[in-house]
Amino acid sequence: MTDAPRRTALDALHRSLGATMTDFAGWDMPLRYGSEREEHTAVRTRAGLFDLSHMGEITLTGPQAGQALDHALVGNLSALAVGRARYTMICDAQGGILDDLIVYRLAEQEYMVVANASNAQVVLDALTERAAGFETEVRDDRDAYALIAVQGPEAPGILAKLTDADLDGLKYYAGLPGTVAGVPALIARTGYTGEDGFELFLAPGDAEQVWQALTEAGQGAGLVPCGLSCRDTLRLEAGMPLYGHELTTALTPFDAGLGRVVKFDKDCDFVGRAALEAARDQAAERAPRKLVGLIAEGRRVPRAGFPVVAADGTVIGEVTSGAPSPTLGKPLAMAYVDAAYAEPGTEGVAVDIRGTHEPYQVVALPFYKRQR
Amino acid sequence: MSNPQQLRYSKEHEWLSPAEDGVSTVGITEHAANALGDVVFVQLPEVGSAVTAGETCGELESTKSVSDLYSPVTGEVTEVNEDVVSDPALVNSAPFEGGWLFKVRLAGEPEDLLTADEYTEFSGS
Repeated sequence: MTDAPRRTALDALHRSLGATMTDFAGWDMPLRYGSEREEHTAVRTRAGLFDLSHMGEITLTGPQAGQALDHALVGNLSALAVGRARYTMICDAQGGILDDLIVYRLAEQEYMVVANASNAQVVLDALTERAAGFETEVRDDRDAYALIAVQGPEAPGILAKLTDADLDGLKYYAGLPGTVAGVPALIARTGYTGEDGFELFLAPGDAEQVWQALTEAGQGAGLVPCGLSCRDTLRLEAGMPLYGHELTTALTPFDAGLGRVVKFDKDCDFVGRAALEAARDQAAERAPRKLVGLIAEGRRVPRAGFPVVAADGTVIGEVTSGAPSPTLGKPLAMAYVDAAYAEPGTEGVAVDIRGTHEPYQVVALPFYKRQR
Repeated sequence: MSNPQQLRYSKEHEWLSPAEDGVSTVGITEHAANALGDVVFVQLPEVGSAVTAGETCGELESTKSVSDLYSPVTGEVTEVNEDVVSDPALVNSAPFEGGWLFKVRLAGEPEDLLTADEYTEFSGS
């Protein structure tokens, strides 16, 4: 892309906070404000504030919006209750993953699809094409929303100071329209950190006011602004996949160990059904590779693309994401490895880190699960 | 930030102290430490090993990436900072002081290094 990176409604604020910015999927986003490890720890133990306005919102309205999504996506969205959200995927006709999504049912005849920034255009184009013939309108709402997330154990207490919405009644993966700091917002109990928390979809013109109000409300609770660097280590510890790393068009949801998102029992055809049925059967009989967690015994950090090797040096897989884990104090990785090496506790597995085979322990995902 | 006047700097963002009895101290600059983000692991050359100006002699791992460590001078390593090996965050918190990396007995006069003012202009900070 040669276009200048896009800036969110909070851009000036990030710069005034001294953020280190980075280009991410065509957006100029905060990478970190200070120490990314301290930001990570704040989210695990207190609270963190994120600008996620790069995420792509697409709205479907009309009497057949649910049916259109049932046809376009692998999930059963017409069965979703109003006010609830679902993690799902959009696949191509070969079953390859085009993106992973969160879909919110905002009203009987209104859904909001949230796509990754890097895939938003692909998802918009596919939804527009696949919804043709249904009584629904597909609307590009990417510029209609800023997205602010407040994540961490203190998040409910902080947000409660700024809203009359019934947060106690708002379950994980639910969302409702409400008011935050005096402005309208869709309040969703979702996130990508492995902690409790909320995502607030609001008008870009209101974003700065809400950010400042949250900052003030969170002062006594240890809330800090957080960048994309700690978002990546948080989601990695929580075993959550990232498109372009664990998920690609070359993989089906079954390859990624996420076959549960594919709902074959919905009473309609959907894009990719035949290919996905074959992928399901193959995964059950002879999975080629499986997604596993790896924990380092040493201190050198595995990175995406590094080969995973057996004791005799044979390449048995590849790292998809890797980072030093602030919570565990060790380097971690997610990797696809040959099924024969995928059992937790498998001996002799190593990662080739620039020519040296560093021993790694195979574990089940996630690495980290919060205490409820 | 300011780059200490008494040090000399390489374009790979290492600093070198004035020699005392032929031995200088090497570290990375604050500019480099900020660009890396939190350093989580440092691999330093072994004591007694030879290092060559402009060649890699170790590595620095941060959350997002790994970077090669270049020696700003040619010589023999006489000491490494064990504190920074056990607590790599020192590189971020005190790059010009407690976060020093190794000491080297110079094999000759350092060449092609920048003054503090030249490095400030080169790095933009």
